[in-house]
Amino acid sequence: MEQIEFNYPAKRKIAQRAHVGVVGSGDLEVLLEPAKGEVAHVFIRTSVDGFRDTWKAVLDRFFTKYDGVVRIQINDAGATPGSVHLRLEQAVEVSER
Amino acid sequence: MSEYTGVRGTVWFRAFTGHASPMIGDPNSVLTGDAPLGSDHARFLCVVPDPHARFPCARHGEVGQEEGYTLAARVREVIEHDKNTIKRPIIAIVDVKSQAYGRREETAAIFLAAAAAADAYGSARLAGHPVITLVVGHALSGAFLTHGYQANRILAFDDDGVMIHAMHKEAAARVTRRSVEELEKLAKEIVPMSYDIRDYAKLGLLYKLLHVENPEKPSPPEIRNVQDELIAAIADARTSPVDLRNRLESTAARELRKASILVRTKLEAQWLE
Amino acid sequence: MSNQAYSPNFIKRRSFIELNARERASVFFDAGTSRELLGPFDRVESPWLPMQGVTPQEDDGCVVIKGKIAGQAAVVVALEGAFQGGSIGEVSGQKMTAALDLACADNEKGILTSAVILLETGGVRLQEANLGLAAIAELMASILALRKHAPVICLTAGTVGCFGGMSLAAGLASYVVMTREARLGMNGPEVIEQENGVEEFDSSDRALIWAIHGGEQRYATGLADALVDDDTPQVAEVIRRFVSKGVPPEHRSSQVALYRNRIAKLDTSRQWDPKEFRALWTTNASNEENR
Repeated sequence: MEQIEFNYPAKRKIAQRAHVGVVGSGDLEVLLEPAKGEVAHVFIRTSVDGFRDTWKAVLDRFFTKYDGVVRIQINDAGATPGSVHLRLEQAVEVSER
Repeated sequence: MSEYTGVRGTVWFRAFTGHASPMIGDPNSVLTGDAPLGSDHARFLCVVPDPHARFPCARHGEVGQEEGYTLAARVREVIEHDKNTIKRPIIAIVDVKSQAYGRREETAAIFLAAAAAADAYGSARLAGHPVITLVVGHALSGAFLTHGYQANRILAFDDDGVMIHAMHKEAAARVTRRSVEELEKLAKEIVPMSYDIRDYAKLGLLYKLLHVENPEKPSPPEIRNVQDELIAAIADARTSPVDLRNRLESTAARELRKASILVRTKLEAQWLE
Repeated sequence: MSNQAYSPNFIKRRSFIELNARERASVFFDAGTSRELLGPFDRVESPWLPMQGVTPQEDDGCVVIKGKIAGQAAVVVALEGAFQGGSIGEVSGQKMTAALDLACADNEKGILTSAVILLETGGVRLQEANLGLAAIAELMASILALRKHAPVICLTAGTVGCFGGMSLAAGLASYVVMTREARLGMNGPEVIEQENGVEEFDSSDRALIWAIHGGEQRYATGLADALVDDDTPQVAEVIRRFVSKGVPPEHRSSQVALYRNRIAKLDTSRQWDPKEFRALWTTNASNEENR
């Protein structure tokens, strides 16, 4: 199992936390919580090693549009980049309801 | 080890009761006997192989419908009989291959037979009977849930012939897509996965681990010693609550079942909010 | 063209099976009365899975929600079948047990509190083996204690079904509710085929699997108390009905003489056709009590 961390600059305060997804085969769980400061922290635990670059690509793309000051935790069991992006967007949507 | 299923069970049942027979009308796979134990008159129960069992998939020490319902009936008999008097101890001697794996078993709802036996043992415990389990051989999965795991106190011998687990090594390796060697290596690092009874003891579920030089041919002093341990377990059960909280209160549990204890503490706090 | 002119039933149907555990657990409660306990943000996860390279889930695949059902206090515990096959680990098992114990304690204080257990599970999580098995034994003890006061209702909807040691928990329930898609049994077809050969059970024979383990067969043989469509409002209504019904006069697992008698009268020299079995199971049994 691999643990990967990323940080991104962030500005906007987020009101509520969100949880989406299931750690099923090919799926992932996302926990998104408001944080302090001006950084968005992302912590990933994945059972599929060796894809740090892919994770970075997905998150880089996500954070070009998202500026929330958050702590995002991801528990992954082999989801595709498309699924990761989908779950992240779902989490954002839930947090902004 | 599987060809010896039932040898130890029979030996120890006979050691405590003087015979190795089912009650009249019962299948040969369930031995039931009432015998003195300390100042009590205890009921002893043991499941053994019956090569002529009615269910073809339950002829080598498996626990199936006949075993489940017979155990349930014999335990309930004690509950009914002792309704208004001293609650006699019920001693489950465990040396079983596994649950029974068969189409007849599934069609005729073996899960209910297993539940019926567990219901009887658990109800006896809740009614105040000291229910004590002595694992002398194997105690696997559904068979152990049926016969033994509802006890107030569990004792086991400390040798390699004793095993408590959820699934035999070969099957577990197949299901988790590992080799048996990989599984054994993993089991050494992860205590709940271990097949070694001495590791099982670290989980805090056992009341006591007992040493017997040769569990298949115990000497009279050894038998008396084990009886004394059963008597002590009975006394301990009688002065404790009838639920299973003791399994989380042992020193070992506080070490290796920290997550369980945390769950209970946090859930209670949130429940009451 | 008006949309209401043509609206087949399956469009209106809201599938219960397609919901995840958290969504399923949420549908039974009276509006505004429920809250989740030990949810994902409490981060009580399996200590054992990360040790072997398996990604844990923050609720360990078990959702606990407390609230009111049909005006009565109740706790719903739901297993997530998509996480590790709904298998029982140290944490998920203890969440179930502790929830039932707390319900039992409330009953003892005079607050009638039922439990509804949503079972999508293959049984013990082998990565936690003995702690999973012990957790099931402890859950069974908790069911026995709670069901004296208030009903313990087990619901299996599919697609995982209820197998392994957890089938004993269903066996102890006050009421069992199943969909047709659901299955309930101690051993699944693959393990029977592995242990005793393809003649004993051909695990590729899907019709046989449902004919033996499926909800319709279990209901027809009196082992389930209700058969529901995969329709969320219907499932919720049936559960509410059983919560309101209260504890049955005698639990199935306590009716030893009845079932022992039925087993004794079976001709075990041959396999039984499942449809034929329905008749075998209830006829030829004298002194049969009606449930």
